[in-house]
Amino acid sequence: MQRKMKESDPILEVENLAASTDNLPILKGVSLTVYPGEIHAIMGRNGCGKSTLSKIIAGHPSYNITNGDIKFLGENINSLEPEERSQSGIFLGFQYPIEIPGVSNLEFLRVSTNARRKFLNKEELDTFDFEELVKEKLEIVQMDHAFLSRSVNQGFSGGEKKRNEILQMALLEPKIAILDETDSGLDIDALRIVASGIKKISNAQTGIILITHYQRLLDEIKPNYVHVMSDGQIIKTGESDLALELEEKGYEWTDNFIKET
Amino acid sequence: MVNENLVKDVVKEPYKYGFVTDIDTDKIEKGLNEDVIKLISQKKEEPKFLLDFRLKAFKKWQKMKEPDWAALGYKKIDYQDIIYYSAPKQKEKISSLDEVDPKLLETFDKLGIPLTEQKKLTNVAVDAVFDSVSIATTFREELSKHGVIFCSISEAVKNHADLIEKYLGTVVPDSDNYFAALNSAVFSDGSFVYIPKGVTCPMDLSSYFRINSGDSGQFERTLIIAEESSSVSYLEGCTAPMFDTNTLHAAVVELIALDDASIKYSTVQNWYAGDEEGIGGIFNFVTKRGKCLGKRSKISWSQVETGSAITWKYPSCLLLGEESVGEFYSVALTNNLQQADTGTKMIHIGPKTKSTIVSKGISAGKSKNSYRGLVKMGTKATGSRNYSQCDSMLIGDQASANTFPYIKSQQPNSEIEHEASTCRISEDQLFYLQSRGIEFEEAVSMMVSGFCRDVFNQLPMEFAAEADKLLALKLEGSVG
Repeated sequence: MQRKMKESDPILEVENLAASTDNLPILKGVSLTVYPGEIHAIMGRNGCGKSTLSKIIAGHPSYNITNGDIKFLGENINSLEPEERSQSGIFLGFQYPIEIPGVSNLEFLRVSTNARRKFLNKEELDTFDFEELVKEKLEIVQMDHAFLSRSVNQGFSGGEKKRNEILQMALLEPKIAILDETDSGLDIDALRIVASGIKKISNAQTGIILITHYQRLLDEIKPNYVHVMSDGQIIKTGESDLALELEEKGYEWTDNFIKET
Repeated sequence: MVNENLVKDVVKEPYKYGFVTDIDTDKIEKGLNEDVIKLISQKKEEPKFLLDFRLKAFKKWQKMKEPDWAALGYKKIDYQDIIYYSAPKQKEKISSLDEVDPKLLETFDKLGIPLTEQKKLTNVAVDAVFDSVSIATTFREELSKHGVIFCSISEAVKNHADLIEKYLGTVVPDSDNYFAALNSAVFSDGSFVYIPKGVTCPMDLSSYFRINSGDSGQFERTLIIAEESSSVSYLEGCTAPMFDTNTLHAAVVELIALDDASIKYSTVQNWYAGDEEGIGGIFNFVTKRGKCLGKRSKISWSQVETGSAITWKYPSCLLLGEESVGEFYSVALTNNLQQADTGTKMIHIGPKTKSTIVSKGISAGKSKNSYRGLVKMGTKATGSRNYSQCDSMLIGDQASANTFPYIKSQQPNSEIEHEASTCRISEDQLFYLQSRGIEFEEAVSMMVSGFCRDVFNQLPMEFAAEADKLLALKLEGSVG
């Protein structure tokens, strides 16, 4: 589709990306460009490659890029380690946040935040200064301080895990956040908290990719663009009303689309 | 999946303590017979009772067979090919540290154990043992003000013969096992601690064992006695140079706690482990046992075992006194071709005795790591309780972990609880931490520290930090 003229440079450019795992092709030529201030939604059936796309952008080691490029702020990042991508400002909100027994959430958040700060040439925070910062950020996701003393995600409810993800996003202040089904498993109240958290954290300089199945998140955070994925490709791109149409007609409706390139 | 070169690079991380101190030594000929034992005893100017103790143990040892029940594999040891006494040559009688060979002081400096007055650690008294002899013990005057005796066992034999004669071999009898019998026959040096009635030892006591010579075995002997209502925290550290031969280390440690006394014994063992092909390294065959003789007495073992080609040890507690308490907190980490068969024995003899076992085994590389433990409730141990938790963590897909818990109860009115788990560091966990900007190596060490948290919490502060660092260092590049 026709894009308006942009004044600034794109944050993320995915160009004709193909990728496989165990020699099984998952992505078959995906292109996507995100400019500052934009919110993109990616929708599609389970297994269409949405989550894979997000993991590959974050650098998951299980996938091989067989063709195409991922550019972040104009630089090719195909071969960067996941930690380098995070430090430079790419954030992946996990669909299923991982439990790390024995590692305190507070310490994890501090080490993570400091890794990003170091990259930005900001002063690293000691335990006390970090406590101050994290207190402020906890309010964004309405989390209790007690979360910090528990092990990372261990014994957290589904909603608590997702809020912990958004807390990490708030601390890391990424340039681009890819949120993989952050809305799944949330009740209405938790969804509102998470959505308002995302809105508070993002600004005119950041880009957001929302991977979702449901309109209800998009009611809270209105996307500029909606992409529909099927069998490892983006088969249709539209504006926010595409999501409404999709909700009404179901994915079957999209089966008839011919791939737009 | 993980960058192969990165893995190789960090595995090559050299063993920091692998240097050899070039020093003149007084070594006796290789081999073991009655004359050698007499010679050791004579060199140490020992009283007759001790020579008799040694000779009796030697006779028993000759009739014993090297045990083979542990889940370990190694080439047979030739006991005639070992030097049983090796000591750095120095002046006959040393009255102050100024007379100690500077090379020795330098060695301990390099190991992070400064001994000189100006540099010594501020809140820990240290007994430094180099091969077969104790070099120096710091803070002796300060300790003696409180009536605490902290010296080498050789010195204790001379100055406190009554205590040695009364307690030596009462916890680990001379024929307890093959290696304990060998130690009883040839032990060279080690530490002696005596805490008088009602005294809380004003500082942590620490022994640092250094093997320097490649062809001599180290057979140290440690004896700690805590009189009524006294308490002490004792730390033990170990390192050795890198040799391509295996060095035998067969120590015996005996602890005795009387009424209301408490002994906390912490070990960070980092003997040279051999290279990645399994060449060289220390055989660490150790007998450690504590006797809770008094009512409400308490003995607590905590150990972090990271070194040695083979570790074979079971720090144990004999719980005789009513309401006495035994504890065992262990982290054993093996990498490359290391083998560890370690655990504890909690023998409940008295009534209302209590024991806790927390064991964390981490196996990386192609290593083998076994927990082996016995909990026994005797007929009189009414109302006694045990809780055991044995967790294993596997790193990579070529390491193995075993748990062998033995439980024997002759007392229906007692409780025994055993929990066990095995886990693996998953790629998803690593990716999660990495995707939050945390470097791969740090991510691994964070998870391992997390896994060991329950045990590290039991270690004295300085030790806990050291243990954390040590594990990180040992594990670098082991995940693939």
